[in-house]
Amino acid sequence: MQTADILFLLLGLGVFGFYLGRGRALAVANPLGGIRQLHSLPSYYGMHIVICALIPSLLLFGLWIIFDSTVIDGLVMGSLPETITPSDNASYSLLLNKITNVASGIIPATGQPQALVDASAYKLYLENLSRWSLTTLVLMVSMSGLVWGRFKVQAKFQARQAVEKVMQNMLFGCACLAIFTTLGIVLSVLFESIQFFRSVSVYDFVFGLEWSPQTAIREDQVGSSGSFGAIPLFAGTLLVSAVAMVIAVPVGLMSAIYLAEYASKNIRTFAKPALEVLAGIPTVVYGFFAALTVAPFLRDLGNDFGVSISSESALAAGGVMGIMIIPFISSLADDVITAVPQSMRDGSLAMGATQSETISKVVIPAALPGIVGGIMLAVSRAIGETMIVVMAAGLAANLTANPLESVTTVTVQIVTLLTGDQEFDSPKTLAAFALGLMLFIVTLLLNIFALHIVKKYREQYE
Amino acid sequence: MNNKSQVLSKIQSSLARRNRAEARFRWYGRMAIFIGLLAVALLFIDIVSKGHGAFRATYIQLDVRYDQALVGIDNLTDAEQLIAGNWQALPKSALRTYFPDVSGRSDKRKLYKLLSNGAGFDLKDRLVADPSLLNRIESVWILADDDIDTYYKSWLDGNPYDARMSDKQVKWIHQLHQEGQIALHFNSNLFTRGDSREPEQAGIRGALMGSFFTLVLTLLLSFPIGVSAAIYLEEFAPKNKWTDFIEVNINNLAAVPSIIFGLLGLAIFINVFHVPRSVPIVGGLVLTLMTLPTIIITSRAAIKSVPPSIREAALGMGASKYQMVLHHVLPLALPGMLTGAIIGMAQALGETAPLLMIGMVAFIVDIPGGFSDPATVLPVQIFLWADSPERAFIEKTSAAIMVLLSFLIIMNTSAVWLRKRLERRW
Repeated sequence: MQTADILFLLLGLGVFGFYLGRGRALAVANPLGGIRQLHSLPSYYGMHIVICALIPSLLLFGLWIIFDSTVIDGLVMGSLPETITPSDNASYSLLLNKITNVASGIIPATGQPQALVDASAYKLYLENLSRWSLTTLVLMVSMSGLVWGRFKVQAKFQARQAVEKVMQNMLFGCACLAIFTTLGIVLSVLFESIQFFRSVSVYDFVFGLEWSPQTAIREDQVGSSGSFGAIPLFAGTLLVSAVAMVIAVPVGLMSAIYLAEYASKNIRTFAKPALEVLAGIPTVVYGFFAALTVAPFLRDLGNDFGVSISSESALAAGGVMGIMIIPFISSLADDVITAVPQSMRDGSLAMGATQSETISKVVIPAALPGIVGGIMLAVSRAIGETMIVVMAAGLAANLTANPLESVTTVTVQIVTLLTGDQEFDSPKTLAAFALGLMLFIVTLLLNIFALHIVKKYREQYE
Repeated sequence: MNNKSQVLSKIQSSLARRNRAEARFRWYGRMAIFIGLLAVALLFIDIVSKGHGAFRATYIQLDVRYDQALVGIDNLTDAEQLIAGNWQALPKSALRTYFPDVSGRSDKRKLYKLLSNGAGFDLKDRLVADPSLLNRIESVWILADDDIDTYYKSWLDGNPYDARMSDKQVKWIHQLHQEGQIALHFNSNLFTRGDSREPEQAGIRGALMGSFFTLVLTLLLSFPIGVSAAIYLEEFAPKNKWTDFIEVNINNLAAVPSIIFGLLGLAIFINVFHVPRSVPIVGGLVLTLMTLPTIIITSRAAIKSVPPSIREAALGMGASKYQMVLHHVLPLALPGMLTGAIIGMAQALGETAPLLMIGMVAFIVDIPGGFSDPATVLPVQIFLWADSPERAFIEKTSAAIMVLLSFLIIMNTSAVWLRKRLERRW
């Protein structure tokens, strides 16, 4: 039976169980003198049966689905005769792939070694067995839950408490998913990074000046050295982010100040959402804009003035990224500026200061922690931004501080290292996870620090 | 006395300077707003001016004779014959009939290049749909090649781009134009076909369906989970270290770069749980984790905005805490939560980077029909096309961006509308 069919069947059992429980509760209550004599409302008895019938069976179902292919593969590979048992990881997965392909008929069985054909037949047999035992087991568990729940329906049974307890646990589980996600991120980048740092030392990675992630296919290949020094990538990332900030901070900040302090209500209701449109545009669109409009424009402009500007310059990528970040800064700054108490402005204006003096000498200093926090969040955003740089920045690592030249960034390298066809455990792909780890640590520190500042500032004026 | 007037005159003289500074400051503010709005306008004008042409494609009208012998088939219901048939012979012979004086190998090859290399299969589909056409002559508008399309459109605009055209082809196009046999029609291929290496045959249907399946899964997972988490944190969570830890995690996840979620998907879902690559299931899972913080944060705000008096009234009437939440708080907070969900979905629809990591970047021609078919999504399709060297893909990319942006605009305006319409102010 297909997985979807099993799920539908379980759903049907659940609906049936609900009405069964409710009906049973009403039947129990009738001779006692109405539902007043029940501990809980009848629908809670129904819900209790649904929980008994579905939760254990769904858990079993999920675990089975997750683990069955691993178990089957292990059994199949274990059944192979000694002579063709693979020695290392790569040939193991190659052989497994071959068996899978023979089993599903992608590769014809004729001409393959007999042991392989046997193994694929065994695999098919196991898969079939697994599917049928899953169906029967899940349905049996569900049915027995149903029956058990049915017997629990009694006037004194505290159905509401039982149901609410399960619900509480489910809500708690959903809330904990955030922790598991963080844990998953940390574990996934950490494990692969540790593997990477076995072949490349941490020192070489963090302080190395040369990045050329080529690994040799043959021993004697030219240029096979493969150096993983990440400094040029960090420098490139910082350069692009700096260009972005040079554009986004003044424009974002000034527009926030204008909207919060000067603009009439009409301008505010029009300009604020119009600026926020920029925040809703997907980054891939910005990337397209940067690569096909801004970069050629800058290159031609440079040609007119006799300056050579690379068509993958940090200026184009960073500039467009700056535009993307404008609304981010302006809305954060707007929040903190409007949070500054009016009495502080009034005091300054009453002393004869002009509005701009009030803003630059009173409002901004008062809002500064919040603004700095906002800018730090924006920097973390710029560092982690991927699509714009993938499309508009270069691929070659280039240690330079000149924004007119082409640089590459951490995120660009992660994408190029992982979208190719390499095997998974080569240093080349593992390097991507090490870069991911760096990226995660840096953005995490920035975020924690910025959120801390913003929170502290908010408490100050509340 | 003298001193006082000196101070006064000093203030008077500085007043003009201070007022100028004030005016300058205002101008900076106006400039900043102007730059922001200019960027919005430039972006949209640029995309629309590049992409509007893609909604129409060049077609050439030819008299096609569905010659049985030419194709080499005798039975239209035999699937094998349909595959083996020489369908390209049909448009070629139609071209030779229209331009009888073209001779020589290279000239003929140039002639055949006028039409899309999928033209024969389009004619096959016409014939299969209407078998009575066999051995008859029909006048058909046939899709032109992308180079012809680019040239013809640019020529109509008065700025011909003929870098990839030979003189003879230009001559033929002009002849066709004078005789009214070449024209622009609505480009239905864009909305009905999957990806293709040939720009004129490429469409966004496959990517749209991929986005659809991915988003449905994302919504089905992230909305219930996000709302449950928000309910727990707002209504039930005890004030302790663990709850604080959950909150810190949610706030941080909201700011983690999206590409990191892609690494998570690759390492956990694909390498540990062996979910197949490139399918909407794994895309949906990754986007769920990515949009959860957004949905949790907005849902919490919505729950917070329900006044405590409602809760107290429900509890006072004897409702249990769960009854209070499910019967009173949740319905009142739902509009705000839906708004958050739509915003989260809009974010997920535009997301590209994590999907590159989990292999949704493959070249997929078939239109996905379910959650486990290999698929790509609209933003990734845009990325792929933007990388293609063919000039005609620029137009296609911009058109795909226009479609993506219109979906986003619809989603965001409906979120705003929903908030204005349904949210109650207390």
